[in-house]
Amino acid sequence: MTTALISELSSRFPNVVADSKAGGPDAWFTIRREGIQPVASFLKNERGFDMLMDLTAVDYLEWEGKEDRFEVVVNLYSRSRNERVFLKSSVPENDPSIDSLAALWPAADWYEREVWDMFGIRFKGHPDLRRILMYESFRGHPLRKDYPYNLRQPLIGPQN
Amino acid sequence: MGTVSAAPDVSRFDFMTTRLDDAIGWARKFSIFQYPFVTACCGMEYMATACSHYDVDRFGAGFPRFSPRQADVLFVVGTISHKMGPVLKQVYEQMCEPKWVVAFGVCTCTGGFYDNYATVQGIDTIIPVDVYIPGCPPRPENVLDGLMKLQDKIQKHHNAPPPPLRGGAAAPPSLPISKP
Repeated sequence: MTTALISELSSRFPNVVADSKAGGPDAWFTIRREGIQPVASFLKNERGFDMLMDLTAVDYLEWEGKEDRFEVVVNLYSRSRNERVFLKSSVPENDPSIDSLAALWPAADWYEREVWDMFGIRFKGHPDLRRILMYESFRGHPLRKDYPYNLRQPLIGPQN
Repeated sequence: MGTVSAAPDVSRFDFMTTRLDDAIGWARKFSIFQYPFVTACCGMEYMATACSHYDVDRFGAGFPRFSPRQADVLFVVGTISHKMGPVLKQVYEQMCEPKWVVAFGVCTCTGGFYDNYATVQGIDTIIPVDVYIPGCPPRPENVLDGLMKLQDKIQKHHNAPPPPLRGGAAAPPSLPISKP
């Protein structure tokens, strides 16, 4: 059950798990970013969370009550246990980097490339971190809140 | 002392070239080999128009050619992103004269509702467009109306130069460069 998982994770990784709650059938954990790799590795290898369903980021630029600007959210699913776990990890603006989970789940590869492209968060240990949606000559990270939504950078044609 | 002789008057033979022009225009407008450059949802309406209920074959445009070398009308169907812009331009340049372009759907006419960092705000900023078919997506009747307008254009003006592009070139704004 997810409540068992919550207490287990809190006792095993006390320094790293900042917060946890059960949201319906799912469990949510707020992990400090230096501990994301051991927690994810534990969940995959020893608790059977074999599927990484999603890896994305949130920009809390003008949000009151958030110390760090970005938050990386990882969505894991265990087929054998039919349980879902969300790992949230804060990433500050002055050092926007976090460990890559691509070695554990190959699906994380492209998700992390998308987060790099859209938010500018670097993933340490990623095999090939480059833009995936925008073109290489695009400058800036468009899903950040301070990027104007209609600032186009045409490869050809006029600036319109 | 030389004599100045006027050029021979052949204007009474103009009716032959006019008839020939008409015949060529008629033949071209009823044998359209379109290149459906389909990227997004408008492709569904393109398929609906091309298939049996709203048949586009009765207009002579029943054979899509998926190579620009073999096509004469470029149907740009669906949103064009700035990443796709150079590809579209290259496909257009690979077509032989005479060629026409149809902007199918509002995304190709003006960018549609995608006023964002990624979408070309109208393909007429990149390639010259002959017929604009608005709609999101346009109904098949709308498409056939646009096709008939294109046929009128082919009939009357098949020797005309391509229409002008919209806007002028400018440099992209400067932003901090991020490198992995």
